[in-house]
Amino acid sequence: MLAATVGIIERDLRLAFRRKGDVAQVLVFFVIVASLFPLGTGAEPNQLRAMGPGVVWVAALLAALLSLGRLFAADYADGSLEQMLIAAHPLAATVTGKTVAHWLTTGLPLTLLAPLLGVQYDLPPVALGALVASLALGTPVLSLIGAVGAALTLGTRGAAVLLALLVLPLYVPVLVFGAGAVGAALAGLPHGAHLSLLGAFLAFSLAFAPWATCAALRIALD
Amino acid sequence: MNWGSLQAFLDMGGYGLYVWGSYGVAALCIAIELIALKARARRLGARMTESAS
Amino acid sequence: MSTPDIGLGDASVRGEWWLRYAAPQAFFPLAGRLIPYFAILAVVLALCGLYLGFFVAPTDFQQGEAYRIIFLHVPAAWMSMFLYVVMALWGALGFVLNTRLSGMMASSIAPTGALFTFIALWTGALWGKPTWGTWWVWDARLTSELILLFLYVGFIALKASIDDPRRADRAGAVLALVGVVNVPIIYFSVQWWNTLHQGASVSLTRSPSMATTMLWGMLLMALAAWMYSIAVCLARVRVIIREREREMAWMQELGQ
Repeated sequence: MLAATVGIIERDLRLAFRRKGDVAQVLVFFVIVASLFPLGTGAEPNQLRAMGPGVVWVAALLAALLSLGRLFAADYADGSLEQMLIAAHPLAATVTGKTVAHWLTTGLPLTLLAPLLGVQYDLPPVALGALVASLALGTPVLSLIGAVGAALTLGTRGAAVLLALLVLPLYVPVLVFGAGAVGAALAGLPHGAHLSLLGAFLAFSLAFAPWATCAALRIALD
Repeated sequence: MNWGSLQAFLDMGGYGLYVWGSYGVAALCIAIELIALKARARRLGARMTESAS
Repeated sequence: MSTPDIGLGDASVRGEWWLRYAAPQAFFPLAGRLIPYFAILAVVLALCGLYLGFFVAPTDFQQGEAYRIIFLHVPAAWMSMFLYVVMALWGALGFVLNTRLSGMMASSIAPTGALFTFIALWTGALWGKPTWGTWWVWDARLTSELILLFLYVGFIALKASIDDPRRADRAGAVLALVGVVNVPIIYFSVQWWNTLHQGASVSLTRSPSMATTMLWGMLLMALAAWMYSIAVCLARVRVIIREREREMAWMQELGQ
């Protein structure tokens, strides 16, 4: 089963590599959104520093959300998703593989780019570290939960907006503790507990989200 | 009995706007729910007599 | 009238009489007969609750008469959460028993659940203004209610966007189950976030001591809301049954 998962990851990464523009778009969106806030609220440094963690986290969340549409859409359109459904290896392996590939092409780049945006908000190094750590733990959860939403909205009318509506409320815990970790670091407080909780969310969603996604895919493809 | 007069009851110690604003909107919501359900049933009835004829 | 075959084989033969009501055909008249009882219960309980709330419960020392909103706000909030769980349970039942009616019940509950969530938010705002000075308080419970409203709206939107009713029911069930698992997590997260950002905890429903009459008033109103919900959901599911089953022979017979 592990071999099957790795195989799917490799396949999706290869496909994503052919469309590097998609990955780049997500990153550009991330930067644009994070840059909009100071334009909206004024560039007073203390205010920016205070809202920095929240803004970067929300921007990452929205960027991850935007990319979810293509998690299953292409395979659904050309029929390969149905093939995966009836293939020999379990659907959970396929789903997990695709989710991991999605994170590698979205969450991971976002995490690596985030410190740059953190600097825009004048976050000190300890906060930048917390930012990267929290995003590293949080973005996989966003991919896992997002996959459930993407599977539920496969082929529906207005799928993109509906996906956002379904998934954003479920993102709230990750946002609260992710941004909370950076906020704590900013205030000089320990943020280990936040990261532990994010780790717990990751373990929990890794255990349960693929099953929900499988159920949703079977419903969509029946 | 808490209220000396109808006026006192409506006034709610100065908070009349908030209290009656709450109960009023709640009553309105319930009314809307019931009316909307009736309308939905009526539309269905019209559609079915239409298709039957 | 012979027992309609709902494909549950042994169960209905063994005499589990209640299972035969899993068929929309059997449930439809049953629901129709039950609605008046629940409606009357709702009205009577509400009148008792409101009487207690307005004419027996004393004025609150700190908040004056504004606190009487509590007799709407708390029951509405309780119902909004209760109905979401019930909705998710119907979804789960649909997976286990594979019955059409389960999905119809879930669909019938959602709008009423959303309604109570809205009432909880609205009354929360109108309570917060005189008490804390602002129309919106980022209180943990109010914020969680807001997210619950989003969950309800998402559920309704998902069902509306899928044309095939059976697929819509199953997708909705998955969403509701994912939601119900997440609600405690969301509530816990928001609670933590709130204590962090609010300093002195601002809780709309915290009360140093609640007079017994106040508690009874809230309880009666909560029961009234429950009876109302059952009555409305039964009425709505009848409409849904008519909408979905109108091609069926038994509907034609009923002249529906």
